Amino acid sequence: MASRVINVGGELIEIPEFPKRWLYLAIVGILGLWLLVSGFYTVDADEVGVIQRFGKYIRTTEPGLHLKIPLGIETVKKVKVQRVFKEEFGFRTAEAGVQSRYAAGSFLDESLMLTGDLNSAVVEWIVQYRIKDPVKYLFHVRNVEETLRDVSQSVMQLVVGDRSVDEVIVLSRSEIEDEALRLTQKSLDEFETGLDVVTVKLQDVNPPEPVQPAFNEVNQARQEKERIINEAMEAYNKVIPQAKGQAEQMIRQAEGYATNRVNRARGDAEKFLAVWREYTKARDVTRRRIYLETMQEILPKLENIYVVDEAQKGLIPLLQFPKKEEGK
Amino acid sequence: MNKKTIVLGVVAIAALILIAGSYFVVDETEQAIILQFGKPVGQPIKTAGLHFKAPFIQSVVRFEKRVLEWDGDENQIPTSDKKYIWVDTFGRWRIVDPLKYYQAVRGDERAAQSRLDDIIDSATRNYISENLLIEAVRNSNRELKTTVEEEGGFEVEGIDQKIGKGRDQITKLILQKAAQAMPEFGIELLDVRIKRINYIEDVRQKVYERMISERKRIAEKSRSEGQGRKAEIEGEREKEFQIITSEAYRRAQEIKGKADAEATRIYAEAMGRDPDFYSFIQTLESYKSTFNNNTTLILNTDSEFLKYLKNISR
Repeated sequence: MASRVINVGGELIEIPEFPKRWLYLAIVGILGLWLLVSGFYTVDADEVGVIQRFGKYIRTTEPGLHLKIPLGIETVKKVKVQRVFKEEFGFRTAEAGVQSRYAAGSFLDESLMLTGDLNSAVVEWIVQYRIKDPVKYLFHVRNVEETLRDVSQSVMQLVVGDRSVDEVIVLSRSEIEDEALRLTQKSLDEFETGLDVVTVKLQDVNPPEPVQPAFNEVNQARQEKERIINEAMEAYNKVIPQAKGQAEQMIRQAEGYATNRVNRARGDAEKFLAVWREYTKARDVTRRRIYLETMQEILPKLENIYVVDEAQKGLIPLLQFPKKEEGK
Repeated sequence: MNKKTIVLGVVAIAALILIAGSYFVVDETEQAIILQFGKPVGQPIKTAGLHFKAPFIQSVVRFEKRVLEWDGDENQIPTSDKKYIWVDTFGRWRIVDPLKYYQAVRGDERAAQSRLDDIIDSATRNYISENLLIEAVRNSNRELKTTVEEEGGFEVEGIDQKIGKGRDQITKLILQKAAQAMPEFGIELLDVRIKRINYIEDVRQKVYERMISERKRIAEKSRSEGQGRKAEIEGEREKEFQIITSEAYRRAQEIKGKADAEATRIYAEAMGRDPDFYSFIQTLESYKSTFNNNTTLILNTDSEFLKYLKNISR
């Protein structure tokens, strides 16, 4: 075996000559290894691999370890087909989290739009989407995300433009979301972007800032209206049942009176008739007896009784029965 | 190293260069034309994959095959009803005839974009300015709802204005007009849409003022509706109250009247047997109840009660 001798700091060291055959072997080995390594690729669970051979689309591969022709003849592009992406309109999340922080500054150029009654509203929304067709996504449209942003804005303006400011702000939010989703998907399909819109959700939808106090005033007025009506109803509910009770009372009293009156009349009649029946048996005697009995009862109660005689002139007392003279 | 090896090496390198110059790869996103001394030859290549050409004398120019974006500048345009608005449009296009495209703009996309700017902006300007604002804003004649249903809607100026075209149709017209000019550039215009429409700043303030006064009217209406309802409820309450009390009075009087009549009938029936005796009894009864210690009684000696004072005999 051949060897070289080199001088290292005055000391002679003998290095054995590397055999040429080994060198070739090593080069071929490394080359082979590189070929092997560049031929393998892995596809993660949430993506698919799109294989191009000399730039031409050949196949799509599922997650796992795969082989392709090395040396750049076949190339792989990985597309996250399971992931849901989000685009924000009218605002930007600066830092997502439990308490997301939103980017300062105004995105009014995106969010301020005209409503169908020619008013303005500030509409913020998000679009969530997935890559449904990785081949179309990669090869059919340049700048797919920008296409999505353009389409979504134009669709939202269209949908809002066909609704009154009240509908946009209060009345038909979910209707707007549905309509926007439908139209956005339709346009994206027309452009063959390969995207699938998962959801369109309105976020804050407000009147423009200078108009907000007036909108609040409307809400206050509505509440005031409710309050006034409730108060009136309260008074109504207080007065009417009471009046009904009193009416009932009045009727019951009348019924009591009626019973009382009739019973008394009956009693009086019975009494009269009873006395009268006896009276008819001995008219003159009974008449006198009743008269005298009555006088007997009345006269003791009276304090001043004057007895006058027809023969006397004027009112000269013949007899006076002073009941009591004491204290005079 | 001998001469043979050197010659072999040179030949190998030359062959490599020749091979490298005679094929090219076209990606799925691309299309290409082949130029021979700067002059296009053959058909444009629209399929992706490995392609061949003559080395040195032929070169390859690549173009996008994908759908490309076009984003117009915001334009201030007055509508036919003299409302000044900003209109922002976008479009999508693609190169369908790479040869014409190459000849028209030398394959420079920026040049192509600026042609698109000119053509689409002018079409946009034309169609927006010859239509009412409402035509560009609304898309259909669906009925707009205002405020809450129970308030019975609210009259807003121009809310029931009907449109003849609508935004979709206007953008279709813009697309049609602009697309006419495209074939000479080798371009197909796929779509033009209005991305944004907005009032210019001056108008915006006026619109806000109008919105504010509109809202104030709604608030006022709401309040007066509240007052109206209140008055209604109070009126109803008063009416109900009167009905209840008068009804009760009527019923009570009716009952009492019947009772009185009944009593009268009973009395009449009883005393009808002997009116004279009745009046006798009743008179004496009334003495009992009307006389008291303040009463002064003057008796004549001729009276039945005292007649025996004078004379015991008849």
